[in-house]
Amino acid sequence: MLNNTRHGKLAAVAVMAATALAITSCGSSEPATPAANAGGSSAAAEPVTITVHTFGGGENFGYDKAVETWNAAHPNIQVKYQNLTDRFEDVYLPQLLQRLQAGSGAADIIAVDEGAMGLMKARPQFFTDLAEYGLESRKADFPAAKWDNGINADNKLFALGTDIGGMTMCYRTDLFQKAGLPTERDEVSKLWPDWNAFMEIGKKFQAANPGKSDPKFLDGPNTLYNVILSQEAPKNGNVSYFDKSNQLILETNPAIKTSFDLVKSFSEAGLTAKLASFTPPWNAAIKKGAFATMGCPAWMLGVVSGAAGEENKGKWDVASVPGGAGNWGGSYLAVPKQSKHPKEAAEVLNYLTGKEGQIAAFQEAAAFPSSLPAQQDPAVSELKNAFFNDAPTGQIFGASVKDLLPTFLGEKHAQVKTSVEKVLEGMDQGSIPYDQAWTKFVEAGVKAAG
Amino acid sequence: MTLHVDTPAPPRPGPRRPVGHRGTERSRGFARFDLRATPYFLVSPYFLLFAIFGVFPLGYTFWVSLHEWELAGDKTLVGFDNYIELITDGAFWNAVVNTLGMFAMSTIPQLALALVLANALNKRIRGRLFFRLGVLLPLITSVVAVAVVFTQLYGRDYGMINWFLSLFDVDAINWQNQKWSAWVAISTMIDWRWTGYNAIILLAAMQTIPKDLYEAAAIDGATARRQFWQITIPMLRPTIIFTVFISTIGGLTLFTEPVMFDGNPTMAGGTTGQYQTVAMFIVKEAFRDFDFGYAAAAAWLLFVLILIGTLINYSFTRRIGGSK
Repeated sequence: MLNNTRHGKLAAVAVMAATALAITSCGSSEPATPAANAGGSSAAAEPVTITVHTFGGGENFGYDKAVETWNAAHPNIQVKYQNLTDRFEDVYLPQLLQRLQAGSGAADIIAVDEGAMGLMKARPQFFTDLAEYGLESRKADFPAAKWDNGINADNKLFALGTDIGGMTMCYRTDLFQKAGLPTERDEVSKLWPDWNAFMEIGKKFQAANPGKSDPKFLDGPNTLYNVILSQEAPKNGNVSYFDKSNQLILETNPAIKTSFDLVKSFSEAGLTAKLASFTPPWNAAIKKGAFATMGCPAWMLGVVSGAAGEENKGKWDVASVPGGAGNWGGSYLAVPKQSKHPKEAAEVLNYLTGKEGQIAAFQEAAAFPSSLPAQQDPAVSELKNAFFNDAPTGQIFGASVKDLLPTFLGEKHAQVKTSVEKVLEGMDQGSIPYDQAWTKFVEAGVKAAG
Repeated sequence: MTLHVDTPAPPRPGPRRPVGHRGTERSRGFARFDLRATPYFLVSPYFLLFAIFGVFPLGYTFWVSLHEWELAGDKTLVGFDNYIELITDGAFWNAVVNTLGMFAMSTIPQLALALVLANALNKRIRGRLFFRLGVLLPLITSVVAVAVVFTQLYGRDYGMINWFLSLFDVDAINWQNQKWSAWVAISTMIDWRWTGYNAIILLAAMQTIPKDLYEAAAIDGATARRQFWQITIPMLRPTIIFTVFISTIGGLTLFTEPVMFDGNPTMAGGTTGQYQTVAMFIVKEAFRDFDFGYAAAAAWLLFVLILIGTLINYSFTRRIGGSK
């Protein structure tokens, strides 16, 4: 659901134990419950259990309600939904690859973050061709960018999109008020048509908060960098770290240099709280209000509300982002070849990525639908987010994803992304001097791609 | 533990066993075989398990290390390319330096302190049992819990240590940011946990030293300090060697504390690898960058490094107390 990681309160150990239990219970053929069958179902004669594995903190994929609805209507195809971990790149992905390689242990339906889609596309041998089960017909439901990313190296449809990032700017109304800035979301949006204007507002904010322990304008380099890169990549041929033949273009792609330079200037101006995103100190800072703004794709709203807690309800709001449209994150569902029930799994996948499933996920976890019919549904377009001061998130995100263009992400995108962002953190926190940062940034990227 | 205890049937040709000459010889041959083989048979479970969980992984890791081997991806035999690349890889040597640095920074004060503690606990003091149990207490807390608590103590914004330093007008230190500060923080975690353990082992050894040695020394007018250096230390030599070996192996495979100190499992060990250890480097290569071959090569180099480290330490500790 996101390009990085989300922190939730799930104990990994408990999840692992639960997974082990689920796997054993799948292995044993469960006796058909007569009561359930009495309802009269036409599909499979023997009840089939379809497992769904996802990742993400807080509400993660928000499938609790959707799965409940499905299970009530389909006694012969029971779905078991499990969120394995809150971290994608360094926990979920390695585990998934090992299970794919081993040929067992992966769920019937697995979730994959956008950042690892390049990696999965290059491994068509592990996935079921969804066109075999008629899902080719869903093409019209998705924006071209989202659909195309689900086609793998063998030119087969292997994954369908779930949510989409979109882009907004979250801000703390109480801190804005203290700094003498407007707090109403339309006025705030007008403050920053572009990043230069955003910088000026930042300086104004910081001038009003000069103390050592006063709040900073921004959280740190990571979120800012990803937001700007998501806007710059479409302006430069829709590529980020890799070109379409999977060659590293980190050093030559102007989108990357522009994003890097902007982040550097914000850091040099002293506007960041020098926090690495998705770490415990970052979560603590969200809770304590140690910074005033942060770039927010749709799924980030769930992260913020989860980290900030109920006591901060209404203190955050959502304005438009400087610099135009962009997409950061968003996920896909796929059916591994090792699934024993690919037909039923494809049916469930069709439901979860369909209008009904995506609307339920948006209501539960603020994950903005990639499905066009879902986006146009009043249940989405008119939804307000109570935590964010009743911001009309359906409308805001709907507008932000309207003109979204696809960005090509290479096979080793996730590895390169993780490595270069470490350099940004180092630069922001002072372990890498500003004048050496770009060199180190390129070095780290080249190494991770090699 | 003598051999004949293990032989079940003593080969004694008697009247009740109607066997001929050849038969006797065969049974004698069996007896000899029995005598020789049974001990091996009896210790074999250990070696079988060791072969499965020790030798095989070692060999297989070596086999993997000769490949360009991607997790759930391609494998091509590349010979010693991974090793050559590794030897010229600055990140690997950075991890080696970090590992050795934190090893020295934690182990030397730890063993010295353990020795002093053990000596103190060996004295007749009030509440001796309480103190002896007390020093062992950190050992029964989980490593992860220790690391989590210490990492919070060393927090930049809301950590207790920075709060304490701020009372003396010291600016908030970002402990993860510099090599020295990160090493200090991680070393304290290791020492907090392991000093008591080593102290108890040394204490146990101290109690086996005959009291009359000290009495004789005291009669000859040796001071307590002299007794410590001339009697206690030399008599503890085998135990000190043991603790040094264990600490070396533990120190060179340091993993949990720096991982937890990082706050996320990216295995990067800080923004520029300030505290990335070799073990973290291996996990990062294998399970974050999916480069199994390279990780396997690094694992083999770590193995060699530990062998060298242990040999060096052995040659140092062998000289303890002279070789009179």
